[in-house]
Amino acid sequence: MFKRILIANRGEIACRVIKTARRMGIETVAVYSDADRDALHVSMADHAVHIGPAPAAESYLVIEKIVAACKATGAQAVHPGYGFLSEREAFARALADAGIVFIGPNPVAIAAMGDKIESKKAAAKANVSTVPGHLGVIEDDAQAVKIAREIGYPVMIKASAGGGGKGMRIAHSESEVAEGFARARSEAKSSFGDDRVFIEKFIVNPRHIEIQVLGDKHGNIIYLGERECSIQRRNQKVIEEAPSPLLDEAMRKKMGEQAVALARAVGYDSAGTVEFVAGQDKSFFFLEMNTRLQVEHPVTELITGIDLVEQMIRVAAGEKLAIRQGDVKLSGWAVESRVYAEDPYRNFLPSTGRLTAYRPPAEGTHDGITVRNDTGVYEGGEISIFYDPMIAKLVTHAPTRIAAIDAQAHALDAFAIDGIRHNIPFLSELMHHPRWRDGRLSTGFIAEEFPEGFKQVAPDGERAQILAAVAAAIDLVQGERKRRISGQVVSRAVTRERRRSVWLGETQIELAVQREGNAIAVQFVEGGGEGRPLAVSSAWRPGEPVWSGTVGGKPVAMQVRMTVNGFALSYRGVEVKASVYTGREAAAARLMPVKAATGSGKSVLCPMPGLVRAIAVVEGQEVKAGETLAVVEAMKMENVLRAERDGVVKKIFARPGDSLAVDAVILEFA
Amino acid sequence: MKDILEKLEARRERARQGGGQARIDAQHKRGKLTARERIDLLMDKGSFEEFDMFVEHRATDFGMDKGQKIPGDGVVIGWGTVNGRTVFVFAKDFTVFGGSLSETHAQKIMKIQDMAMKARAPIVGLFDAGGARIQEGVAALAGYAEVFKRNVVASGVIPQISVIMGPCAGGDVYSPAMTDFIFMVKDTSYMFVTGPDVVKTVTNEIVTAEELGGASVHATKSSIADGAYDNDVETLLQMRRLIDFLPSSYSAGVPEWPSFDNIDREEMSLDTLIPDNPNKPYDIKELILKVVDEGDFFEIQAAFAKNIVTGFGRIAGRTVGFVANQPMVLAGVLDSDASRKAARFVRFCDAFEIPIVTFVDVPGFLPGTAQEYGGLIKHGAKLLFAYSQCTVPLVTCITRKAFGGAFDVMASKQIGGDVNYAWPTAQIAVMGAKGAVEIIFRADIGDADKIAARTKEYEEKFLSPFIAAERGYIDDVIMPHSTRRRIARALAMLRGKKAEMPARKHDNLPL
Repeated sequence: MFKRILIANRGEIACRVIKTARRMGIETVAVYSDADRDALHVSMADHAVHIGPAPAAESYLVIEKIVAACKATGAQAVHPGYGFLSEREAFARALADAGIVFIGPNPVAIAAMGDKIESKKAAAKANVSTVPGHLGVIEDDAQAVKIAREIGYPVMIKASAGGGGKGMRIAHSESEVAEGFARARSEAKSSFGDDRVFIEKFIVNPRHIEIQVLGDKHGNIIYLGERECSIQRRNQKVIEEAPSPLLDEAMRKKMGEQAVALARAVGYDSAGTVEFVAGQDKSFFFLEMNTRLQVEHPVTELITGIDLVEQMIRVAAGEKLAIRQGDVKLSGWAVESRVYAEDPYRNFLPSTGRLTAYRPPAEGTHDGITVRNDTGVYEGGEISIFYDPMIAKLVTHAPTRIAAIDAQAHALDAFAIDGIRHNIPFLSELMHHPRWRDGRLSTGFIAEEFPEGFKQVAPDGERAQILAAVAAAIDLVQGERKRRISGQVVSRAVTRERRRSVWLGETQIELAVQREGNAIAVQFVEGGGEGRPLAVSSAWRPGEPVWSGTVGGKPVAMQVRMTVNGFALSYRGVEVKASVYTGREAAAARLMPVKAATGSGKSVLCPMPGLVRAIAVVEGQEVKAGETLAVVEAMKMENVLRAERDGVVKKIFARPGDSLAVDAVILEFA
Repeated sequence: MKDILEKLEARRERARQGGGQARIDAQHKRGKLTARERIDLLMDKGSFEEFDMFVEHRATDFGMDKGQKIPGDGVVIGWGTVNGRTVFVFAKDFTVFGGSLSETHAQKIMKIQDMAMKARAPIVGLFDAGGARIQEGVAALAGYAEVFKRNVVASGVIPQISVIMGPCAGGDVYSPAMTDFIFMVKDTSYMFVTGPDVVKTVTNEIVTAEELGGASVHATKSSIADGAYDNDVETLLQMRRLIDFLPSSYSAGVPEWPSFDNIDREEMSLDTLIPDNPNKPYDIKELILKVVDEGDFFEIQAAFAKNIVTGFGRIAGRTVGFVANQPMVLAGVLDSDASRKAARFVRFCDAFEIPIVTFVDVPGFLPGTAQEYGGLIKHGAKLLFAYSQCTVPLVTCITRKAFGGAFDVMASKQIGGDVNYAWPTAQIAVMGAKGAVEIIFRADIGDADKIAARTKEYEEKFLSPFIAAERGYIDDVIMPHSTRRRIARALAMLRGKKAEMPARKHDNLPL
């Protein structure tokens, strides 16, 4: 076994590899760029090597720097993680030339699966089910129509060099094929400088299902079940699970065996993933093979109990696979959410900056439920603009799918992040979504269910009751302490009313609340009377960012942030300002005029004499409150000017390099 | 006998009606509460005891003797409790003669001012009125003066809070101006000496009441207001929160309640608060929020001179005043506005025996003609003066820059800092490296390599806390994550602090 390995990556995956290596007694070497000096993976590793400036192209992607780092530290092998150099044939070869082991497949296998068309040809040759289509270059529209007729409609016309939906056309008839062919070709030409297109069958409501395979250098290859990753936003996976609610044993076996056949055909000798597109009718077709550890590998680990990184290291060191196909048992269900630094309410714009709070839910296994959080950040750390904005992968495992989903929803509620915007409200709302809970998935799920993007969810039904009960309990705890302040008039105790009016944004909920021993009893007022008491119990104390406890016996966690005369609560995708009023306060509050949130003035003024460093917007641009408008340098310090409200930039008066006086107009809103 | 007792209730009921239902409805329509509704929200339930409910005006001129007399005469006074602690209040009743001040109205305010002084408890004034009652002439003016005088006598003895919840003009503005804090309600309150009509007549300037003296003006530009809130309810509930921080009088000591927060709490994230790049800003409020109990911080003048942060928090359940340079705004520089803002806050804390914690990251005083012509020297001196005359515990922590005279001003050891800490990232020097090198090594300016070497030398030698620590100007260099624990310990140690200034009539603060 290796004594020391280097991890040619950063963030959560570097940390994840280090954990396994440490458990195996292997020393680790981290590499880091300027932006990652204080990163978690650097402090976790036994050694660390600086490999250059922040941009990945000048650090994490430079093969020579990684090889040099190995030589300098005596690392015998390199784990590439995912992304960066993980699927570069040249990297695997460079390491081999330097006598360093690549913890991944051999370069021939990487190369064979690296090309989309070539990999499909290899799959077809290995009798893997491929999407019916024509892989050769199509000469003209007549040929296109002929091929489409053979395949059967609908068909998809795709650029050979393409990606990201460019040069892609779906056709349901001959005339659409002819037209689509011409347009796809011209788009392919203009986008990629390569006008080759091909045609294949278009799968309606497809699902993304992938098979994890594992091979060694002795010709053994097994499959470790499937993962379903149909919940995607713009081709970016958001939620993954294992197993898939679509598959039955027969389909699993069929897909697994085909995946192994393909891996065997290319001499695969590490962990890899064979991706399929599946129809709702359980038909499935090969998509591509990823010759690396997938981001979503933890869900497979949790249902198989196999540490994939450990297996990769062992086979790379030449060990024979100790697991046979028959040993692989899938147990329970695992769900993974990708927690991203992006603002779900503002079209998922990346949000970078300092993590002023980062308190993930507790990891571990209790009562058959496992919570695992793979992360590469820490409280006080920075989400940098240079890399993927993923904060963490939150994984839950439970005996059943619904239990795993509920565990995931609960873990998301208990995940406190502040300082940047994050997608947890969106992930929580997904966990709440009936179609997801029913397992009726397709890769179009998010586009279909959230056609207008993600908006603030108003509290409803049980969510509203739980939010109101917790708000009342928090207010009670605060109130009890207020009545213990020193210097009170001795003669007269402050009386406390039981009735409260809890305002969750616009929603008003009447209830009665009082302490009962260690718990707090909440009774909702229904039809003039008080309903059945609901016991609210928690060890929460003011100042803690996460309230966790039980409401009516049900475990509940929610985010609590103090605001003026209330608190912002976040629970199951609902983010709302809660105010807890007494009867007379509520009566007065109902008399108060409703005010629209507005920023001050139409012009953005220079707040101090300074030099304009950057203007971040253009005239006519629509901006949202909080977006960066300009950067002004003064006293040698950069000051970021942000929009105080939503609006459209009408005119820009300043240019980068301008020296401005205080109150000079920088730009004006329409 | 029963009839007589019932008569009292009838008269009370009439007094509670103020200007009558129509006026009450009009008040509500404007988005405002009535005087009694406001007091009801400010005080603990059932704790308010009203005085002088039956007082009526005694004016006879201009038909006042024939017109209606309304019991209470436009102001409601009394006392009650806020979380059990005694608070006195007067509230102008806009539904009665527009809340205008008559001789008897002024006498009611004076009565409650006198009571508050005798009882040594805070007084809150709720303003919503149309100025002097013109029909009463000089009697009203004399009434104002009596109120003003009492404001001044009470200054520094009991906390005085003014809340502007409607019009406040002319003679009405000067009583609030002499109190400790002024808060305003956004959009429904304004304050000015002369209103838009007079302004137009005299200067031909056309402005609205909001533009002339709304909350948006006074909380951000003029610094008259210490804060502004969205509506009456929000404002009054925040006043309750503020009162929880304030001592009842200068000799009562800060209020205390059991803290839910651990005084030994360490915040590892503070170790990365200071960015690697010395020119990058960071938010000093994160430090304050992570140091105070439960992240609970009541900011004073949040929207004015944002380059310095002032406000109240608690440590170990006891009130502490915080003053901190804010690198996010103007690099945390001290200018005239910031100096005045902080000076007034420091003096309030010192007057009422509230310990002060100061966080320092200041690149110096703001240069330029605007500042110098505006009297930066004198305004800066106010802050220096305020800190220097403090006898309350002063705990200071330098997080990054402490350059030039600003280092001295920000509660340095030499002007009275009791415990002065610095983070390892502190840079204590006369100025930053670039400027210093260009002066000391003027001859080398043409030679970039030499300048770079000199700059590096300067940075290594001076831009650290250790030169100051070696001289004892800094008592200890502390890890950022231990800041709360260290400050809590220092404050505990200083609880018995006794310091005295020499006898004199009074000092001569550079006004």
